[in-house]
Amino acid sequence: MIGQRAEQYKNIMARLDLTRKLAILSDAARYDASCASSGTSRRDSRDGKGLGSTEGSGICHAYAPDGRCISLLKILMTNFCIYDCAYCVNRVSSNVPRARFTVDEVVTLTLEFYRRNYIEGLFLSSGIIRSPDATMADMVEIARRLRVEENFRGYIHLKTIPDAAPELIEEAGLHADRLSINVELPTDASVRAYAPEKDPGTIRKAMGEVRGHREARKEPSFSGKRPPKFAPAGQSTQMIVGADGATDATILGNATRLYGDYRLKRVYYSAFSPIPDASAKLPLVQPPLVREHRLYQADWLLRFYGFRVEEITAARTDGNLDLDLDPKLAWALENRHLFPVDPQRAEREMLLRVPGFGTKTVNRILTTRRHRTLRYDDLARMGAAMKKAAPFVTLRDWTPGALTDSAALRARFAPKPQQLQLL
Amino acid sequence: MHQVTLPVLGTAAAWREAARAALGHRIPPERIDWRFGNADAGLFEGAPLPPGDKPVKVSKAFVELADTVVWHRDPERFARLYRMLWRLRTMPGLLSDPADPEVAKLRTMEKNVRRCMHKMKAFVRFRDLRRDGPRRSFAAWFEPTHHSLEPTAPFFARRFADMDWMIATPEVTAVFEDGRLSFREGAPRPDLPEDATEDLWGTYFRNIFNPTRVKVQAMTSEMPRKYWKNMPEARHIPDLLATAEARVREMAEAAPTLPPLRSERIRERLAAPRVQARMTFEELHARAAEENAQDLPGYGRLVMGEGPPDARLMVVGEQPGDVEDRIGRPFVGPAGQMFDACAAAAGMDRGTVYVTNAVKRFKYEMRGKRRLHQSPSAGDIEHARWWLTREIELIRPRLILALGGTAAETLTGARKNLLKRRGTVEDTAAGPVFVSVHPAFILRLPDAAAKECERLRFTADLAAAREMAEGD
Repeated sequence: MIGQRAEQYKNIMARLDLTRKLAILSDAARYDASCASSGTSRRDSRDGKGLGSTEGSGICHAYAPDGRCISLLKILMTNFCIYDCAYCVNRVSSNVPRARFTVDEVVTLTLEFYRRNYIEGLFLSSGIIRSPDATMADMVEIARRLRVEENFRGYIHLKTIPDAAPELIEEAGLHADRLSINVELPTDASVRAYAPEKDPGTIRKAMGEVRGHREARKEPSFSGKRPPKFAPAGQSTQMIVGADGATDATILGNATRLYGDYRLKRVYYSAFSPIPDASAKLPLVQPPLVREHRLYQADWLLRFYGFRVEEITAARTDGNLDLDLDPKLAWALENRHLFPVDPQRAEREMLLRVPGFGTKTVNRILTTRRHRTLRYDDLARMGAAMKKAAPFVTLRDWTPGALTDSAALRARFAPKPQQLQLL
Repeated sequence: MHQVTLPVLGTAAAWREAARAALGHRIPPERIDWRFGNADAGLFEGAPLPPGDKPVKVSKAFVELADTVVWHRDPERFARLYRMLWRLRTMPGLLSDPADPEVAKLRTMEKNVRRCMHKMKAFVRFRDLRRDGPRRSFAAWFEPTHHSLEPTAPFFARRFADMDWMIATPEVTAVFEDGRLSFREGAPRPDLPEDATEDLWGTYFRNIFNPTRVKVQAMTSEMPRKYWKNMPEARHIPDLLATAEARVREMAEAAPTLPPLRSERIRERLAAPRVQARMTFEELHARAAEENAQDLPGYGRLVMGEGPPDARLMVVGEQPGDVEDRIGRPFVGPAGQMFDACAAAAGMDRGTVYVTNAVKRFKYEMRGKRRLHQSPSAGDIEHARWWLTREIELIRPRLILALGGTAAETLTGARKNLLKRRGTVEDTAAGPVFVSVHPAFILRLPDAAAKECERLRFTADLAAAREMAEGD
């Protein structure tokens, strides 16, 4: 009887312990923006021998009240860290509580959450303990256990440690869907200032190595057999916005270089947000959420709409984006001589530049205009945001007249002045 | 007037069959009364459709549209689909006109169903039934907006194939047992046992939330309130929102703390042993010997660099050739001899520089009995980078002389425009790098005059590099 009690007590303590660890290590992981689970190779478990599937598009299983998608179990293996990065909640000089998961705990949590349909997979990051190699080896072991021993076919994202040995990064890429290495801050100078132990050169070199591995695995070998895939969902990175003085032009220029040089799938922008037990080096202010949003919009224009960085950032002289207007609208207002555009005849490149037209709307316009003349209501039905688009297009039954060039056009779109909050 | 009643299970197949029969008999849309499930019969009982199954041709696009729209909640969906089918007879291209109001309406309904299916994939929450048996079993209760369970269940079957599960909705229940998926008509909400993992999940949800960036609208637009009652994490939302502001204020008002004691010790240790942590030359060569014990088909052995450990200048070539591989020393083949001759003319003593290659192994293809040289691939270059980096760390040269495209790519990241860049120094992570051509390039020039000219330029490059490395 007593033995049973003791057993029960031990179970409860173990669970409490796990709850506490999970609280600490997910709290520490929340500053990583990426939660994507899409774009990897298609897998399922119909053979009945494993668990999980990935089918192209990702799934957001829940949303936190900060509006961010929860798709993966995003945790740190440990938040002990020997580095002292000023912006980081886990830096060695911070007094936050510390914890460390065992390999078993991470594997069990991932599988049990996955079986209940809470998550798409695991996003594992870590503070640096002992040495970069030792930390990376533990992370790779978790990925290997999930893939090889537990036959887990869901999504795995590993945050790579730039200084780790190439063999470890290579093994990580064989088990993980995505690898990521954070460039942390927009310029090398600010990385050196705020993350003294990190070296921007090493970070870039590690990204180059991942790109090299990915490309080397794409060439079939002499026997015609394809080598196993390496990080099929590609690599991504994250930049903290608003912790240093970098302008949006610098940030976007850097992002464009990263997309080009290392074939990144995504660059994430993370508004610097106040952290518990913050370092005195960085100011605690409201995170610049609107700026973060505008940067993402600009990022999309660069990747899918054929804009160049100089065009997007030309609207203002200080090299920053206009916070009141989305970057495409801001560009259109500065370049009114190119408008109004006739959707019936304009080229794809120009249609993509009309405010209120997305890539899907443009595709629909291109198919429909082969059949018939487009009218105002047609465009609305095809998904165009006509409130934005109206001053910039001319149609059989609509002409903006003097609206396109009117001086009050900006005021039409800019947010109304707001009364300050009383409480 | 005809009357068609479609069943709750297998609605899509039943609608398709009925529509095919009706169209085969040319029955116009206004003469069919479509009903669903066991809805009350109307005032007037209509006649069933006449039998007969004439083949009807429809575009694939319409079949896809109909297969989705039939699951919509709108009672008019079957009639709308049939009206569209009727119009398609005379206007086969109609579906590619997204501006047609009827097409647009059906497309919207299609989108609604797809969204509902997607939300079901996202928000179903299983509970462990803790049954004994070889397979684990789980169950969930879910209330979808449309009739989405039947088209969505195969997704769960692909994902959770190694366990038994059941998803119950008010209208339909999907059961997956021993790898077989089946459906039955709905039942009242089952009583599912408590699952302790839900508390762990709640802990995760509470802690992944960042209280400094509250965006309620962004949350509710993607996770509407109607789903919250069946999601264990949602019960934490009110409390998280209520306390967020206070938590942020607390963070801002907290005085900066002193770093913990261990922090200073760790940082000291981190700053000091950088040099010690490096491999020694002996360790590096031992590791190369270890790797050389194994044969790598198509590749020669690892040929390490040579020269004094305190060399001020490091010369990096491309990769060992046939001669280098056989002898096991760098820069001894024809190109190496050309290098030696030019170096001597430039006043450079080969004994004082460290010479090595960007890629460490000779790569070849067998042609008869000859080993034919192959250029290194991107993968070869990446593999070799580790070795070169260790050598640079050990030698710590003042200047690195990169000969040829491969060396330039490894050290500076770019191999383009080599002839324009030659003779210049670039700042890299490995320190300053002087870029020049590879001596093999000179050997390959067919024209004797051009060869002599390039020889002189190369000698001038070597002299300039020597001066930079040795000057104070």
